Amino acid sequence: MTARTASRAFLLVVAALLSFMAASARVLPAWAQGPTPSDDAVNAIAKQLYCPVCENVPLDVCPTEACRQWRDLIRTQLAEGRSEEEIKQYFVANYGARVLAEPPRSGWNWLVYVLPPAMILLGSWIVLRAFKSSTRPRQASRTSAAQGQEDRYVAELEQELKKRT
Amino acid sequence: MVPEFGYGILFVTFLATLYSVGAAALGGLRRSPSMVESARRGMMLTFPLLSISAGVLIYLLVNNRFDISFVYEVTSRSMPTYLKVTAWWGGQAGSLLFWSWLLAAFASAVTLRKWDRDREFLPWVIVVASTTLAFFLMMVIFFENPFARYFQTSAGVAAYTIPPAGGVPFMPPDGRGLNPLLRHPGMVIHPPMLYLGFVSFVIPYAFAIAALVTGRTDDRWIRLTRRWALWAWLFLSFGLVLGGRWAYDVLGWGGYWGWDPVEIAAFMPWLSGTAFLHSVMIQEKRGLLKHWNMILIVLTYALVIFGTFLTRSGVLSSVHAFAQSAIGPLFFGFIGATFITSIGLIIWRWPDLHGEMEMSSMLSREALFLLNNLLFMLVLAVCFLGVLFPLASELVTGQKVTVGPPWYERINAPLFAALIFLMGVAPLSAWGHSTLRTLGRGIWKAVIVATAVTVGLYATYTKNVTALIGFFLIALVVAVTLHEFWRATRARQRAQQEPFPVALGRLVGRDRRRYGGYIVHLSMMFMAVGILGIEIFQLETQDTLATGESIAIGGYTLKYEEIAEFSHKQGHDVIRAVVGVYEGDSYRGQLYPRIDYYYDPANPAETVQPMTIPGQRPTLKDDLYVLLIDWQPATSSGATFKAFVNPLVNSLWLGSFLFLFGVLVAAWPGSEPERLSARVGKPALQPTAAD
Repeated sequence: MTARTASRAFLLVVAALLSFMAASARVLPAWAQGPTPSDDAVNAIAKQLYCPVCENVPLDVCPTEACRQWRDLIRTQLAEGRSEEEIKQYFVANYGARVLAEPPRSGWNWLVYVLPPAMILLGSWIVLRAFKSSTRPRQASRTSAAQGQEDRYVAELEQELKKRT
Repeated sequence: MVPEFGYGILFVTFLATLYSVGAAALGGLRRSPSMVESARRGMMLTFPLLSISAGVLIYLLVNNRFDISFVYEVTSRSMPTYLKVTAWWGGQAGSLLFWSWLLAAFASAVTLRKWDRDREFLPWVIVVASTTLAFFLMMVIFFENPFARYFQTSAGVAAYTIPPAGGVPFMPPDGRGLNPLLRHPGMVIHPPMLYLGFVSFVIPYAFAIAALVTGRTDDRWIRLTRRWALWAWLFLSFGLVLGGRWAYDVLGWGGYWGWDPVEIAAFMPWLSGTAFLHSVMIQEKRGLLKHWNMILIVLTYALVIFGTFLTRSGVLSSVHAFAQSAIGPLFFGFIGATFITSIGLIIWRWPDLHGEMEMSSMLSREALFLLNNLLFMLVLAVCFLGVLFPLASELVTGQKVTVGPPWYERINAPLFAALIFLMGVAPLSAWGHSTLRTLGRGIWKAVIVATAVTVGLYATYTKNVTALIGFFLIALVVAVTLHEFWRATRARQRAQQEPFPVALGRLVGRDRRRYGGYIVHLSMMFMAVGILGIEIFQLETQDTLATGESIAIGGYTLKYEEIAEFSHKQGHDVIRAVVGVYEGDSYRGQLYPRIDYYYDPANPAETVQPMTIPGQRPTLKDDLYVLLIDWQPATSSGATFKAFVNPLVNSLWLGSFLFLFGVLVAAWPGSEPERLSARVGKPALQPTAAD
């Protein structure tokens, strides 16, 4: 074994050790940092997320095994010291925007935030207009329509009376 | 032979409905009473026929005929008989048959009435009811046959309506059993209630269309169907409440309403139906809003079908599932066709539907009812947007998004608050004309009461601003409504020299719709208290305990005492924990949260979704709600509990009983003479709030 290959092997071992440490650093030192995050801390975040596979089930109440593992993932990440926002972003990055309880405020999704106020304005405007237009009397059309109907009823009444007598 | 008989009957019924549609339309157009009579008889045939077909299906369900694919999917040998019967509506094919059967019952009932001077409506009512029935029967017969049988062919086992060539009948030894979530008493009654509500709204719609076709656009159709609409609304409301109760008891997440699209699907026709119930009064009293009432009932019908479509087509899980399902596009086509036809008819009759009077005051009762309608429509539009947006998003961007409770609550909360405020003000306003001064005279006492209540709550219960606004509005409505009862009863007591209870009883009896409506308003306030309580003050905690350890929540201490595992005679396993409840230092008894594990009898190794059943301790103050989340069989330590304290939530359930009472008061068929027209021509003669 030459000095060169020996140093290369040494480097490899160091690299492997470092990468192992880097990998385990995500979990091991974190447990040492403090107590395990409580269920309530986990649920507080899981409540704001939706199960990535079920339909419309919040992650804190989803009974499936998959969701249990996702809750454990939140616990791990909390233990690592990640913030609530970082954990939510992690889930969005991995499972898409559907894990959020509301669509993210960007692009096309703005529609869902802009439309309701627009509908309220439009609805109020329509009702105001309807109110104004109905304050104008419609004498002419009313009499003609009512007249026609009355005639028909009178005729029917006459007929009915004739039948009975 | 039995299943083929059931299917054959379905087919005959389908032909009978088609005949009714054709004969009624022809009879209506040619003014031929005998044709219409023939159509009516055809229509009335559908109910006994569908009853036979349903009877056959129930016979198959009860007798473990697992060679029928529907029976295999929804029952198993271990299920008790009553659950086998109610499994009729526990799956797609059966529930569509159930829908059809109810519609046939209602349509037959309505054709049995004495038609006398409304005879011209009859053919068109039959056309609408029969067309709807034909559509649902078509679904059942051609796409969701509950009588399809399993056959073994070279390609494997599959369900067939017509036996395949060379196929051998196949009988699985046991069925898969009803989804455990659906084995709850609430879930047994909830779908029929909802469907009754859905189906009975078809009747007012049918009359509205008949009025449009025949040109009898006065308010006769409204008077004829007033009770139908009220009963429809009662069933729909009760279906919604039962669904909420079921979710609370079975789904194990401490709530009753999650703004889930399936819930909203049933909520939307309720919203337009509620708007309709209010706005028809404006037409009856003032001859206004005729266009709008037509549009509302058309919308309600469309939403009824749309609700069934949303829950039945698979469109909610994914737009792509919708495209693959056979019935989705058909539903879509039917909704589109009926909606466009109805709107076309309204446009055709537009000139005949103009109001007969003017709206003179922004504060008159009709103007406030108009505002009420606006608010209901806005909530409806928000719900519609919330349900459709994820689907639209998937289509446009390819990305699924969730529109969840925070979004709905943020937008709807102010709208609901405004509705409650209107509930307080509208009873004080008069038809025709009101001013700020007259309203103020009526409301000031109630405002003082509501303010006192709010100050009291601020001092003793909560500092939360949203809650205080809510409680103020609720107190205002309760004070106004009770005062209305008090004032009118006192007036009657003085005038008629009757004792107070007699005067109250007669007062309500004389104007049941009005006072029934007030009782419903009061019940809504009870419900609102419950909703505010759970939405704003809910407490929640979760922890893993060893036996003997405890957790504390909202003044309660919960002590984990023991856990036991046993098999239920219906074939599922139960893990049941015993939790002692202490309030302060005093012992309050035990709760038994449990997890039920159901197995698929056809595939015993596989657990169906476990059911988490809470232990509950309901009081007027709050509901203590404890769930067993997880447990470790190997050690005696380690059972995870989640506990909720849901303040005031029982007011929601109590309110639903009062609600039932109120609607019954308003809708119960009575001997009161049907007033031909309560409308008064001159505003000067309008009854005022003091009447």
